[in-house]
Amino acid sequence: MQRRAILGYGAAGAGAVALMLFVGWWQVDGPGGPEPIGQRPVALTAMDFRLTDHEGNVVGPETLIGRPTMAFFGFTYCPDVCPTTLSDISGWLDDLGDEADEMNVVFITVDPERDTVETMAEYVGYFHPAIRGWTGPEEQIARVADGFRATYVRVPTESGDYTMNHTASVFLFAASGRFVTMIDYHEPREFAVPKIRRALEEETEGAT
Amino acid sequence: MKKHILTGTLTALLTLGGLSVPALAGPEDVVVENAWSRASIGMNRPGAAYMTISNTGDEPVTLIGLATPLAMMPEIHETKTNAEGVSSMSPAGEIVIAPGESIALEPGGLHAMLMRLQEPMTEGDTFPLTLLFDDGGEVTVEVPILSIAARGPED
Repeated sequence: MQRRAILGYGAAGAGAVALMLFVGWWQVDGPGGPEPIGQRPVALTAMDFRLTDHEGNVVGPETLIGRPTMAFFGFTYCPDVCPTTLSDISGWLDDLGDEADEMNVVFITVDPERDTVETMAEYVGYFHPAIRGWTGPEEQIARVADGFRATYVRVPTESGDYTMNHTASVFLFAASGRFVTMIDYHEPREFAVPKIRRALEEETEGAT
Repeated sequence: MKKHILTGTLTALLTLGGLSVPALAGPEDVVVENAWSRASIGMNRPGAAYMTISNTGDEPVTLIGLATPLAMMPEIHETKTNAEGVSSMSPAGEIVIAPGESIALEPGGLHAMLMRLQEPMTEGDTFPLTLLFDDGGEVTVEVPILSIAARGPED
């Protein structure tokens, strides 16, 4: 009797493990898995999140509608990629000159624990004045990243701190909120500025 | 040893004088050029420094580590961006530079990661950074600290 019970538990356990493996496969690699990465972000009009900009204003996707938008993810404790991206963007904005005034440029942190509103304010102050810094509760950041099809993950470092792996591309949206294209990290500046102009022109076309 | 000190001092003097000269010291065959770094905000964030390291000799050289009074944990790290556009950063380990070859420490790739800063990195200052090689050789360069928004050694 006891032995049968054990066998029964064993079979149930094996069944449970098999089910878990199947569910795992289904969710990760199988038909239930996420869309292939590299998928386009949804339109800003289809996103729903609440963040705070570096001046303390409540902002969301609707804040960006009406003007073309350049948006990217990062964190202020990032020593290499983020200052480089912010400097690149500052350079593109300088190249665009007056046209840059017609754009939203938003730096969204993936590290809200360290990147408070005050921290964001100080950090963006070192770059082009058009750049806005957005932060907010972790679950809201997760919603933004989900809409952008962006990813981020916290990784401990040997120094006892942590760093963030994150999507480093720059996203471009038309004034309507429609996703236009993205500028990959490392893309030469001669490709970036025409891409930004394309997003700006879509606005003009939309208006006529 | 005497030569190292002399060359280091010379480099420091020339760098302070605003002259951009290749820093030539230590293992005679290693030349470091275009060193630069970005200013930091305070001391909590890690800094990063960049440069080109050339091996002008006939034998490979192996870079095994870094030392600087500026940071408790200086280390060569490498940023990688995968096909999905996700950037990550990890220690690069030992770096072998073949004879006649150079490696570039540049934004988005290899960089000298300066963890646990001992003082803020202030624009306009310089700091000494020592490259340690597996044969016991050392090369010290004075790294200029540029703006936090600098994009390269010329900015």
